[in-house]
Amino acid sequence: MKMKILIIPLIIILIGLYSAAYVVDETEQVVITQFGEAIGSAKTEPGLYFKIPIIQNANYFPKNLLEWDGDPGQIPTLDKTFIWVDTFARWKIVDPLTFFQTVSNVLGAQARLDDILDAAVRNFVTSYPLIESVRRSNRKLDTSRILVGQDLKNSPLGTVTMGRKKITEGILNQAQPKVAKYGIKLVDLKIKRLNYVEQVRKSVYARMIAERKQMAEKFRSEGKGEIRKIEGDRDKDLKQITSRAYRTAQEVKGKADAEATHIYAEAYNKDPEFYSFIKTLDTYRKTLDKNSTLVLSTNSDFFKYLKGYELGSGN
Amino acid sequence: MAWDWEKLQQQKKSQGGGGPPKVDEMFEKVKAMRGRFPGGAWLIIAAIIIVLLGTSCFYTVGVDEVGVVQRFGKFSRTTPPGLNFKLPSGIEKITKVKVRYVFKEEFGFRTISAGVRTRYASGSAYLNESLMLTGDLNVAVVPWIVQYRVNDPYKFLFKVRDVRSTLRDLAEASMRLVVGDRSINEVISKREEIADAAKALLQKELDQAETGIKLVTIEMKRTNVPEPVQPSFNEVNQAIQEKEKMIYQAKEEYNRVIPAARGNAEKTIKGAQGYALDRVNRAKGDAARFLALYTEYSKAKDVTRRRLYLEAIQEILPRLGTKYIVDSEQKNLLPLLNLGQAQGGKK
Repeated sequence: MKMKILIIPLIIILIGLYSAAYVVDETEQVVITQFGEAIGSAKTEPGLYFKIPIIQNANYFPKNLLEWDGDPGQIPTLDKTFIWVDTFARWKIVDPLTFFQTVSNVLGAQARLDDILDAAVRNFVTSYPLIESVRRSNRKLDTSRILVGQDLKNSPLGTVTMGRKKITEGILNQAQPKVAKYGIKLVDLKIKRLNYVEQVRKSVYARMIAERKQMAEKFRSEGKGEIRKIEGDRDKDLKQITSRAYRTAQEVKGKADAEATHIYAEAYNKDPEFYSFIKTLDTYRKTLDKNSTLVLSTNSDFFKYLKGYELGSGN
Repeated sequence: MAWDWEKLQQQKKSQGGGGPPKVDEMFEKVKAMRGRFPGGAWLIIAAIIIVLLGTSCFYTVGVDEVGVVQRFGKFSRTTPPGLNFKLPSGIEKITKVKVRYVFKEEFGFRTISAGVRTRYASGSAYLNESLMLTGDLNVAVVPWIVQYRVNDPYKFLFKVRDVRSTLRDLAEASMRLVVGDRSINEVISKREEIADAAKALLQKELDQAETGIKLVTIEMKRTNVPEPVQPSFNEVNQAIQEKEKMIYQAKEEYNRVIPAARGNAEKTIKGAQGYALDRVNRAKGDAARFLALYTEYSKAKDVTRRRLYLEAIQEILPRLGTKYIVDSEQKNLLPLLNLGQAQGGKK
């Protein structure tokens, strides 16, 4: 009986102790409130803490990195292209007390972030040409678009002065002071997705197709040009080969003719008269035949004997 | 893989309590002892409390895991695989993290069923993940996967609220940053380079965000252009093939003609050389013949001359058709000759 009397207050004490103790997790921080009013500084270190049961209340807030996902929306860029921008940000509650007082919970904070960040994103994306939001450097591209013949300065591919990284930094810097008063720190903000809106996409596709078509056409005409070149080479080589052969042949022949002439001249020069004598006789043999008619005078050497045999009678 | 993730989440939530203790057995024992000890009922309650506390003091950590122990919410230690001891629940809390397992995130498609022939879903539902702008303001479809491990269980558990969505967002942002600085041609042809650049960038971001994640690899799937544009890209490839074909055909024609022409040229030159030999040899022959004759002629000029002349006449005259012999003193014979008449009238 005595034990039972002892046990009841013991249990009450235990319950009281249990409701007075609270644990702060590694991922949490706690603000203690008394009748809705914050008491003392926030508990940011994890561990076991105590409070006055019933009267005081523990309000838990996350301490780790929280996400914010932007509402994707259409934004026109400076060069009047409508794009679809989806952003996200990482943020932290750095001042739980202020946070509790101004936005009370994470959901409330998300709504404030929506207002501030969406506006900042819109401001920045609208103030720059599309290329600034897409690229991050002036790295030289292996592109076929320049080929179309646009002048680089006026083309949408002009030089990048900001780049995506600086734009997002700019958004962050613009938003940071605005969220600071909620006890929030923005860790980073990034563009997750960036796309053309549906209608623009169609015309971009059409442009891409046209671009490829001209490339295909270029290859084809290159092929044709190549054919002509090879054909030209063929004709040239052909002419060169035949003409060279002709030249060589003529040279060889000429040399031979010269040599022959030299040989003849050397031989016949011994006695040109005798040469003309025998050559004439040879020519007679070859040229006179049964169709030739010959009228000979008895005065000739051959017939001089026909009229007599005296010495020297025909001369 | 979503499935693995859920499993992990479950493990994160579970308090790591051991299996059911053999309560019945113990109860029986205590009941048997009841007669001998006074105040037995209290003892039984105390024993049950001790047993319950005791069972929450032991836990096992799998071979691919580590246990993260928190005492009153505060990180206390990590424990290796095997049977481990901790203070009872309420004081210490254990969370197991798979540190060896390689997790995978897919972008632009989803694996429906993995197997020998893996099936993928790549419909328009996931297209938004993979559709991106290239540096030359074209649109590319870039699906990819990210494989990662938990490198730092402490950061993984405590530093970021939703590590998985952080990873997905950062991966998309990094990939778009890399693709945004490349042309469509490069996106299609230099996938490995893009994967490397994206991996380096993403790892940096993950470290900065203190996710405790270490990337194993980023693999690019088939990068392409959007479907409506694909035929025109194929056309370019086709045109390249056509160009090559044309060149080959032209070369074929060249090869058909030129070697033959070379042969012909060779033939012409050889012919000329033959002519030259012929000409020179004939000249030499003629010259030799003349010289030989001349040598003999010069010994007896007059008689040889006569002989040669007469021999020639002897040879020629019989062949001739009509012959007229005119006396040298007759001056007016020619008008009487009927030169057009048929030969053979006179011998």
